[in-house]
Amino acid sequence: MIMLAEVHEKLICFHCGDECPDDSIAIEDKCFCCHGCQIVFEILQDNNLCTYYELNHNAGISLKAKNFEGKYSYLKEREIEAQLLDYQSENLNKVTFYVPSVHCSSCVWLLENFNKVRKGVISSRLNFIKKELSLSYNPVEVSLKEIVELLATLGYEPLLNLESANKPQQKNTTQRNLILKIGVVGFCMGNIMMMSFPEYFHLDLENSIDANYQKFFLYFNFMLSLPVFFYGASDYLNGAWISLKENIKKTTDVFSVDIPIAVAIITLYCRSVYETFVNDSAGYYDSLAGLVFFLLVGKWMQQITYNYLSFERNYKSYFPLAVKVLRENVTSFMNVMELKKGDAIYIHHQELIPADAIISKGKGMIDYSFVTGESDPISKNVGDILYAGGRQKGERLELIVQKPVSQSYLTQLWNNEAFTKEKVIPTTEMANLFSKYFTAITFTIAIIAGLYWAIFQPSLFWNSITAVLMVACPCALTLSMPFTMSTTMAIFGRNKFYVKNQGVIQLLNEVNEIIFDKTGTLTEGNSEKVSFIGYELSEFEMKLVKTLTIQSTHPLSKIIANSLKIKDFNAFPIDYFKEFQGEGIESSIIGNLVRLGKGGFIKSALNEEVKHTHSFLEINGILIGYFVIESVFRKNWQTILNNLGKNFKLFILSGDNDADNEKLAPHFKENTIHFKQKPQDKLNFINNEQRKGNHVLMIGDGLNDAGALRQSNVGIAISEDIKVFSPACDAILDASKFEQLADFLKFSKTSLNIVKASFILSLVYNFIGIGWAVTGELSPVLAAIFMPLSSISVVLFAVGLTHLFAYFKKL
Amino acid sequence: MSILFFLAVASILVAGGFLAAFIWATKDGQYDDTYTPSVRMLFDNPVKSPELKDKKDD
Repeated sequence: MIMLAEVHEKLICFHCGDECPDDSIAIEDKCFCCHGCQIVFEILQDNNLCTYYELNHNAGISLKAKNFEGKYSYLKEREIEAQLLDYQSENLNKVTFYVPSVHCSSCVWLLENFNKVRKGVISSRLNFIKKELSLSYNPVEVSLKEIVELLATLGYEPLLNLESANKPQQKNTTQRNLILKIGVVGFCMGNIMMMSFPEYFHLDLENSIDANYQKFFLYFNFMLSLPVFFYGASDYLNGAWISLKENIKKTTDVFSVDIPIAVAIITLYCRSVYETFVNDSAGYYDSLAGLVFFLLVGKWMQQITYNYLSFERNYKSYFPLAVKVLRENVTSFMNVMELKKGDAIYIHHQELIPADAIISKGKGMIDYSFVTGESDPISKNVGDILYAGGRQKGERLELIVQKPVSQSYLTQLWNNEAFTKEKVIPTTEMANLFSKYFTAITFTIAIIAGLYWAIFQPSLFWNSITAVLMVACPCALTLSMPFTMSTTMAIFGRNKFYVKNQGVIQLLNEVNEIIFDKTGTLTEGNSEKVSFIGYELSEFEMKLVKTLTIQSTHPLSKIIANSLKIKDFNAFPIDYFKEFQGEGIESSIIGNLVRLGKGGFIKSALNEEVKHTHSFLEINGILIGYFVIESVFRKNWQTILNNLGKNFKLFILSGDNDADNEKLAPHFKENTIHFKQKPQDKLNFINNEQRKGNHVLMIGDGLNDAGALRQSNVGIAISEDIKVFSPACDAILDASKFEQLADFLKFSKTSLNIVKASFILSLVYNFIGIGWAVTGELSPVLAAIFMPLSSISVVLFAVGLTHLFAYFKKL
Repeated sequence: MSILFFLAVASILVAGGFLAAFIWATKDGQYDDTYTPSVRMLFDNPVKSPELKDKKDD
């Protein structure tokens, strides 16, 4: 006999991979954790789409605690539907959804086979990186609402918010145009170099046949250089022209770096054309094409961003698209932007209040945590005013709108001028400042060289002038910045610190003050620490409390219930239970009267004062103690603050109350911690600091920080899940990497030093080149070798050094 | 040696063909999403009908 060891196998949901409580929900040998997962499996099985599970095991998305009944009813409304559609006709509608839950190849497979799940869907296409699903469907056979509901049932709930409506058709034409230019110029460059080969090896011009060839190749090169000059270089020529005009009109004294580049390009081209048609000798077409090609590649590097992250979100991506409205005795769904004063709206559990309104029916438990940073839900009664942005927890509310959405207390923040003006990026300033002197010096050298030769050997006059202007192109110089910065961006990205663009890295350099938000930034987003202060609870009492708290849907009750870990817990039978909205709960459990709630609700606790979120416990009329709910601070937050405090001035601006003051105070200087800050206060505070000449880095997470993030020189949004929501910002930091913030700040300094070093290197090249040029003996071959070589070596130097430093700093 | 003229023109024409293909691909949006196609190409062709699949399983 073989004794079989007891195998305790975990039951894993066939759909989503979560652990199943038991095997009650099963089809054949496949277990499911919930009915939602089972339904998805059945839909896929019916449509013969089970390849989904073969591609990735347990690929599905858990559907526990998801309920969308009635949630999408507003999509039936014609007007709202039309706002979402990209294209609309009798038999064909097109729509694009953002689907946040896309995560693996199975998702791509299923969503692209969506037309097999539902009749009427004609085609579906997914962009995995952007998580965008483009669908076309026949509106006669299937409605938008049905499609969205089916997607939601399958676990791919599209994100629909105010921003989804009326979104402009964005096509990345600038990106495409740049790629096109690089392609065309690259083509011309390669062919010009090939055609120039005979020239490199010195054709024997005495031989009449070879001379013929030479002419042929020259004209060929001329033809190929036309698109390079007129198409590829057009941006630089236009940019220089605009900047020159502005300088002449004296509207600006900024001397764009495009000007010296354009001077070099034009000189190269004119000299080449002159050589070709007047002297019948080789021009500098190869150098010209190479130069433009490298410049365009640099520009392309500069544009690289994380296009799957959104840095430009405002309140619209947080607000719902539509709400149920009663206007002139007609109920309908309406886009929230169309709300007017006097409309009655209905808000259900977990829904967001879209406009400032007064409660006309129902009791409100409003969670403003995302707007104000305050962690406790606030209770409101009939007649109270509710500000937009809060989330209702509990029963259905009927509200009377007081102000349109765009004028509400919260959204007014976006009318601040901080949101209309672009942040000034010092890079362009630095390069432009430099270009003025660079151009002046180049012209001086060219004129001096020209004068010298005019006296001693007039035939070299034009040669030397043009040669100096050609070789002194700040090409290598303009390349070092984008290549160093994009390498830095990639290194940051590898460490889960995503910056919006290259300018942000330079802005980071100038920072001398750091302002933190508290809730969600220094503290963790979704975890609370619950402790009980008072007499120690016996196991029986703990069971009583747990029995009481699981009855209530109030968020505090849920937190307390979860914190009481009792083995083999079975709830006691309840004789009586009552919830006093915004006050507390009481219940009679096997003969014991258990009450839990605020100071006013528990009479015996009137004199107690607790700053943190708390709840008093009374059993049979005796005050036992109270539960304190504190937010959990991030790991090592003290060391991080102490580290940063050495180099930066630190502040805290929190929307919360001053409960954590004692904890924070040791790590900050006096008068740097401010509580109960409204979004507008935060913005004003930063504005004041900036007027004093400080450069401010703001780190926050919620909508309440949106204004501050925008006003600050650099706004970093910290996020537990970078793909979900973060307010408009310059950079997104993954919460797990909060500890490395100081390293990132230091490294941005390093990379700017690398840029400066490569500036010097490229200036050295320029001096060598000018040294040749002033003698008037810059042959086309020499230029064709020297110019690209200097550019490439500067780029390699910059990129290599950046990687090397990142390696040493363990980033 | 005049074959050289012909060769030079021919080589440009061939390269021009590829350039045209590149321009078309860019304008068609093939560089807009450079990731999803790499996933998509790994999928098998769809199985035609349920019966067919059952037979295969047997």
